[in-house]
Amino acid sequence: MHIGHDHPHAHGEAHDPHAPQRDHDDTLDYYRKLEIAVRELLIEKNVLSADEIRRTVESYDSRTPEGGARVVARAWVDPAFKALLLQDATAACESLGFDMNVFDVKLTVVENTPKVHNVIVCTLCSCYPRMLLGMPPAWYKSRAYRSRLVREPRAVLREFGTVLPDDVSVRVHDSTADLRYIVLPMRPEGSEHLSEAQLAQLVSRDSMVGVTALPPVKS
Amino acid sequence: MSTGQLAPGDQVAVLDVDVPGHIRTPFYVRGKRGVIERAVGRFRNPEELAYGRSGEPKRMLYRVRFAQDEVWPDYEGPGVDTIDVDLYEHWLRKV
Repeated sequence: MHIGHDHPHAHGEAHDPHAPQRDHDDTLDYYRKLEIAVRELLIEKNVLSADEIRRTVESYDSRTPEGGARVVARAWVDPAFKALLLQDATAACESLGFDMNVFDVKLTVVENTPKVHNVIVCTLCSCYPRMLLGMPPAWYKSRAYRSRLVREPRAVLREFGTVLPDDVSVRVHDSTADLRYIVLPMRPEGSEHLSEAQLAQLVSRDSMVGVTALPPVKS
Repeated sequence: MSTGQLAPGDQVAVLDVDVPGHIRTPFYVRGKRGVIERAVGRFRNPEELAYGRSGEPKRMLYRVRFAQDEVWPDYEGPGVDTIDVDLYEHWLRKV
């Protein structure tokens, strides 16, 4: 590390490192106009209030993969919780304080074992366990992921760095209806000494989608 | 077929029909055979809901498990690989 100017480009070129930031105003395109028109009509006709819409949007925005990681870590340390989670995921998550009412779908947890590796997709659109993971990443919504995961799941998993032996069943779940899936990954090797909070830190978003497995913990 | 009488382990075939509208049954499983993994419950029919109708009567939803080499005859992975799809009762026929 040295003091002073260390921009990684030659001086005197067209790019000014201190230029003002460009505004990032959204474009008022067709669908944006449609959304505004429908939203204003719903409010005007007293179907929904502006405050209800705000609360729902904020509830969606407040969800991140840390929520799912908390649930996974609890399942690893508490067998009774895990049993409830696999049987009735909504009730299990509510017991940890998650508001599940905003979502009119049935959360379903699928468990990875030494013989079964689960991975989720929505071939029709972008169904995703938003109540626990927040908004889906762009690749999850891409046509390539949606079409290839059902057709050649092992090739897709390999591209995520996940290579599974032939005696492990790769179980793809296509969220075509009223279920939302989340994967309960296997607890990493070498994590026996960690606390629940430390375990939660190990749980990645991608492991809960099922495209990766969690690596062993280095001692 | 509208009473939700399928049970886990039952062998089913997905109807191989092409109908217009908002259909949740993917083409890649139409005409394929699978096994009921579980009965999920009754939900309003999305094929009706999509057009502003009530979606009643509710339809039984099942998770159906297919062997990948049944869905894709040239599937490259091992025979243990499966795919689960959520399908409504009126798309399934017991075999």
